Amino acid sequence: MLKKEGQIRIPSGCAISGFINRSGERISGDKIVKSISYMHDRSNGLGGGFAGYGIYPEYKDLYAFHVFYEDSAAREETERFLEEHFDIVNLSRIPTRKHKNIINEPLIWRYFLEPLPTKLAASQLEEKEFVAQSVININIKISGAYVFSSGKNMGVFKAVGFPEDVGEFYRLEDYAGYAWTAHGRYPTNTPGWWGGAHPFALLDYTIVHNGEISSYDANRRFVEMYGYKCTLLTDTEVITYIIDFLNRKHSLNFEDIAKIIAAPFWSKIDTLPAQEKEKLTLFRNMFSSLLITGPFSIILGFDGGIMALNDRLKLRSMVAAEKGDMVYIASEECAIRAICPEVDKIWSPKGGEPIIVTLNNGGGKRGN
Amino acid sequence: MAINYFYPDYEVIRNEKKCIKCKACVRQCANEVHAYDEELDCLVSDDASCVDCQRCVSLCPTRALKIVETDNTFKKNANWPQAMITDAYRQAGTGGVLLSSMGNPQPYPVYWDKMLINASQVTNPSIDPLREPMETQTFLGKKPRTIKFDSEGNIVSETYPNLKLSIPIMFSAMSYGSISKNAHESLARAATELGIYYNTGEGGLHQDFYQYGANTIVQVASGRFGVHKKYLEAGAAIEIKMGQGAKPGIGGHLPGTKVGEDVSRTRMIPRGTDAISPAPHHDIYSIEDLRQLIFSLKEATDYKKPVIVKIAAVHNVAAIASGIARSGADIIAIDGYRGGTGAAPTRIRDNVGIPIELALASVDQRLRDEGIRNDVSVVVGGSVRNAGDIVKAIALGADAVYIGTAALLALGCHLCRSCHGAKCNWGIATQRPDLVKRLNPEIGYKRLVNLLHAWDHEVKEMMGGMGINSIESLRGNRLMLRGIGLTEKELDILGISHAGE
Repeated sequence: MLKKEGQIRIPSGCAISGFINRSGERISGDKIVKSISYMHDRSNGLGGGFAGYGIYPEYKDLYAFHVFYEDSAAREETERFLEEHFDIVNLSRIPTRKHKNIINEPLIWRYFLEPLPTKLAASQLEEKEFVAQSVININIKISGAYVFSSGKNMGVFKAVGFPEDVGEFYRLEDYAGYAWTAHGRYPTNTPGWWGGAHPFALLDYTIVHNGEISSYDANRRFVEMYGYKCTLLTDTEVITYIIDFLNRKHSLNFEDIAKIIAAPFWSKIDTLPAQEKEKLTLFRNMFSSLLITGPFSIILGFDGGIMALNDRLKLRSMVAAEKGDMVYIASEECAIRAICPEVDKIWSPKGGEPIIVTLNNGGGKRGN
Repeated sequence: MAINYFYPDYEVIRNEKKCIKCKACVRQCANEVHAYDEELDCLVSDDASCVDCQRCVSLCPTRALKIVETDNTFKKNANWPQAMITDAYRQAGTGGVLLSSMGNPQPYPVYWDKMLINASQVTNPSIDPLREPMETQTFLGKKPRTIKFDSEGNIVSETYPNLKLSIPIMFSAMSYGSISKNAHESLARAATELGIYYNTGEGGLHQDFYQYGANTIVQVASGRFGVHKKYLEAGAAIEIKMGQGAKPGIGGHLPGTKVGEDVSRTRMIPRGTDAISPAPHHDIYSIEDLRQLIFSLKEATDYKKPVIVKIAAVHNVAAIASGIARSGADIIAIDGYRGGTGAAPTRIRDNVGIPIELALASVDQRLRDEGIRNDVSVVVGGSVRNAGDIVKAIALGADAVYIGTAALLALGCHLCRSCHGAKCNWGIATQRPDLVKRLNPEIGYKRLVNLLHAWDHEVKEMMGGMGINSIESLRGNRLMLRGIGLTEKELDILGISHAGE
């Protein structure tokens, strides 16, 4: 019998695509579906998914949980947990359409939540930490329940299937966001579990990733010291936790995070001005176990922006382009040209050099 | 009494046709095995004095000599091997404790040899260290828990002194006294050239070697030999020796025959006296006392040097290491039961302690379970024999390794395990000037540099094969290891899967 994702580590190749509108204009989800569909051959039908930012303006101050349930018993138990810890402002099934290529779907629910002030105070945790721990609790402790999206004014949609079919299944044309990312998966073997599809998300961080990192267990064993639990054993999961750890817990900005996870070589650091050299040396020393080696290209989505990053040797393809307020990133140029044939500028970012794009003026139109 | 006469373990075989009677063997053997018989005009051997150090074999210009294990045998007995029987005879004759040198030679499992390393295929490219950067530089010491910058981008968090290693290998503690001055000079100069560290051991620091202080770890052991303020300030780090893998639970013993003028001055003890370090530090009877010594040493050196606490790998090593990590130590060094020694009671060396592989795996996991792995670095030794062992040690979770025996091999040691006799024909474990001068530090240090360069290159090749281009990404990366022929329990302790899984 094949082992489920999380019981075994499965290497995969992949396709990624993403874009952001810097002025915060919201773009329909079918655009990202079209983009990723042009890289059909980089996926093998065993996983596809999307993350959209700015898609829930009407509930922008609430945490949006997207949850897979294997059965209604798991749902009942999870809802008991949620009622105990959160004020559930809204709950519903996530609208889907029947699709011939998408089968064996679990129950897919969405909740808009706010932590109960009494519970939050009693926990002595910051609000985001309270939410993150609640997510980890449900995923570890409740059998058959899996929270796969938990940020504010954003959401993840994923399934076993080709990404373009997944996009149709979730009716992404009905959503509009200022940023979207997409993932098509090419795992070497998997029985195909929906939770194992990408993006992986925690709070408002989402990661789509193409690659197979060789530092995986060093990274995993380090972040697990700080309250994280890698249940899926995927690169994407551990990279998301690293980002959360460095950005949310250590308050480091994304430029610095890139310098930690795709650190410059010592030979480069030695040539830098004293202050920068001291900083990067401390980064590499203090966070040595968070260096990610082996091939990766990732697009990180966060509240108000995206970051694209390649491993420091650039062992995976990744292209970036600009057109007006739009910035596009994809594994292959075709995925950009498919939705933006005429670009102002197109280039191939160097290994370890992050592309960080944030909304102008905090993004006037994203509903904030 | 006849029972006290043993047939020698080794026989000297001389090919008379090849022997040119040059008497090199006579001059080379400090054990006086070889002699020239003028009447018969031939060379004769006293096999009983031979320790099989291979010195005469190596230097015989016509290759006329070889040393073979004797085929004389007691009646075979699986429960009472011959060596065990003769040990009983010896002790019945003398009433003494048996002494041995170097690491435990008994056929216990070697876990390094029961682990295999991964390599990339298809989904993830391997990296060629000849074409791409491949980093083995690392730091040892406590890391800050938080990092904060002021408005100008300067680091304002408290940082701690760390050791910078160009490769994750150091020379482990071997005292001046147990080994020769030329051996120490070779180690010191090699460490300096390589950008790593050697360790004084418990015998103090010879005045000629203060110049290598930046690459020296000065040790403070229970005897406190040669410890004074200038000594503490001379080193890059200070190591408190709580235990040694070859003889956990007991102190050290340098026979008075090795305490000549120089050793006497360096150790600050009278010439010709036995240097006996007590089993415990008499100011450390518990963990809170250790904390006080750690901070005394830090106070004495103005918090500028990391403090290492070295312990022998024993049964509850994980809990001990966790206590040390919480006591202000910057680095924990763990010494496995196969670690070498200049002299140890045979029964202790052969029966006390646990394998370093298992100790390392459980310490690393325990420190992680408690969330304090980044507060302390872990260095392991006893015994690390080659680049494969190093890769496995780092993948299990070590920050760096200590090598002792391997370094002595580079200097010519043939592992005859007779260091306690103080008549080392290779000029290493002796203080006899005529023997010491056989070890030329100019050549010795270069051989050490060669050995470590070769190992560094092999480590890089294996890392590249796994698609890893920095030693940091190998550390604790147990997914890169698989067990072979191990039980579930052993795999569980090592935290690895079995080959094929």
